Amino acid sequence: MLRLEKRPNPSRAWAIGTPVLAVILTMIAGGALFAALGKDPVEAIRLIFWDPLFNERVASFSRPQLLVKAGPLILIAIGLSLGFRAGIWNIGAEGQYIIGAICGAAFGLAFYPSESIFLFPAMVIVGTLGGLLWAMIPGVLKTVFRTNEILVSLLLVYVAEAILALAATGFLRNPEGMGFPGSRNLARHPGTDNPELIANTGMHWGVIAAFVAVIAAYVLLNRHLFGYQVKLAGQAPRAARFHGVSPNALILTCMGISGALAGMAGLFEVTGPAGQITIDFNVGYGFTAIIVAFLGRLHPVGILFAGLLMALTYIGGELAQLMLGLPASAIQVFQGMLLFFLLALDVLSNYRIRIGGRAAA
Amino acid sequence: MFGIDPVTLAAALIAASTPILLAAIGELVVEKSGVLNLGVEGMMIMGAICGFIACVTTGSPWLGFVAGAAGGAALSLIFGVLTQFLLSNQVATGLALTLFGLGMSALMGEDYTGINPPLTPKLFPEALRQLEVVGPILFGHDLIVYLSVALVAAVAWGLARTRTGLIIRAVGENHDAAHSLGYKVIRIRILAILFGGACAGLGGAYLSLVRVPSWTEGMTAGAGWIALAIVVFASWRPWRALIGAYLFGGIAALQLRLQAAQIDIPVALLDASPYIVTIIVLVIISTDRTRAALNAPAALGRVFHASG
Repeated sequence: MLRLEKRPNPSRAWAIGTPVLAVILTMIAGGALFAALGKDPVEAIRLIFWDPLFNERVASFSRPQLLVKAGPLILIAIGLSLGFRAGIWNIGAEGQYIIGAICGAAFGLAFYPSESIFLFPAMVIVGTLGGLLWAMIPGVLKTVFRTNEILVSLLLVYVAEAILALAATGFLRNPEGMGFPGSRNLARHPGTDNPELIANTGMHWGVIAAFVAVIAAYVLLNRHLFGYQVKLAGQAPRAARFHGVSPNALILTCMGISGALAGMAGLFEVTGPAGQITIDFNVGYGFTAIIVAFLGRLHPVGILFAGLLMALTYIGGELAQLMLGLPASAIQVFQGMLLFFLLALDVLSNYRIRIGGRAAA
Repeated sequence: MFGIDPVTLAAALIAASTPILLAAIGELVVEKSGVLNLGVEGMMIMGAICGFIACVTTGSPWLGFVAGAAGGAALSLIFGVLTQFLLSNQVATGLALTLFGLGMSALMGEDYTGINPPLTPKLFPEALRQLEVVGPILFGHDLIVYLSVALVAAVAWGLARTRTGLIIRAVGENHDAAHSLGYKVIRIRILAILFGGACAGLGGAYLSLVRVPSWTEGMTAGAGWIALAIVVFASWRPWRALIGAYLFGGIAALQLRLQAAQIDIPVALLDASPYIVTIIVLVIISTDRTRAALNAPAALGRVFHASG
């Protein structure tokens, strides 16, 4: 009989090994799924993981997309990972992303047609603040009333989506858009645009912000008192309190950082790759970032790689959709499977598997 | 008021509440056994598509409801295996269940959009349903509506008055003590999780077969999360979950009628109103810390691992 024995300390080898193993298992299970859909599994997996990077014909288009898609995922996941480490569950990043984009876009459009070089930086700040304030709603409710932050942050996503619909059809609608929903195009207007900084790389300000966030989070977690408090609160909440860590301050900080980064990601998206506020502006980065955070083991460097990998599945998924007619939702299932395998294999880093009967008590 | 008939509103309220009520009563039992399954949204939408496919292919709504419950239970089994045997984090696994369920249902439902399912028959004869006021409200529904109320009664009685209920609560309060007494903590929790999954799946099937009735991607639109909020609102008491579900169903039914009546309120605000009201109610409930804490299962969300 199999039996689990708790390790005194989580295994470092398995901490790195489980994400790799999870990806391999997901490829196998995903291949089976694609086969069940009547598609050639080997070709599907190759289209998703190999062709976007190395196939001569598509790589010139899809390689830059890697950074475009990974940027927001990494930026949001870095913010979420701090809270997840401390046991503070902000799962409403999608809403903070939307509100950040709306606030920043509204600020930029208020000065239309200004082309001031200060406009874009100011929009970034406003967008970041928008995301931060939206995340403060569950944060403050949690600290003042002990209201469950998981439910509040998630429910606020639906509220944010309603505001987005209102913005796209109402207060931010392009006055010259002949009545069609959607705002003016911010990406095609100098002063409000977030351009590709190096041609054909996909590098824009949001990607730079994501890299900065990775480094900042790494320094914060390893060299700073706040990072220590986050880790302590997650591993031993009681000890943290005796150590003088204020739970409320921690909740507000973690919520604030994750909301701010999500809002920032939204702003960079609306001024760059998306270009304008539309009803379906959000594509689920806020939720996929949760998978990225776990796949990266809540570690900044891990999240960097996880974000790139998840971006690859997005691009490869689109490619497989085009070439094989694979349904768009298949890739969503694929991403969900990855999270399942990851969570299932986590047991290996925290427990040893023993074969045989029970040891004497 | 605004040309809205209170009787049809009350009848619509009950139909609108039923999916949420079913999911909430299932989750209540799961949480009473000490497990926090945040995957209600995913299990509901799996129930919605499984039920829809079964109903459309067989032509029988009843097989549809059974398939919906089975679909929800099947998905919940993944959660059960991961959290109970592989000791994964319940919050993360629940989220994974929702993300996976939303994707899987969309994949399964590719060819089923724009189809109308066979109608689910009403339970009572025409004569009863034609009665003034009480007709539409009390007798105007199908079997599942009455089943959901009966389920609330059964869970309330079962948890409070039966030996099974006592064991479930014991496991949820202190799994180590329950384990010492010889109860199979993991087996009991897996069964509770399956029950919760079946209830959520049935609720989802009600959504796609009766409430809407058709299939669209992501059609649960947060109903699972509202069900989770209702369990908190109810302080883990079954009858209060019924009140909570009817309250939210009432708001959902009312806002749809206000939209149709073209009252001078922004549509976005009406769309967002069920979620905003849920948040407000959660806040009000959490201000009374002692009462909420008294009834919350003490071992909720904690990992059980029998060492030794």
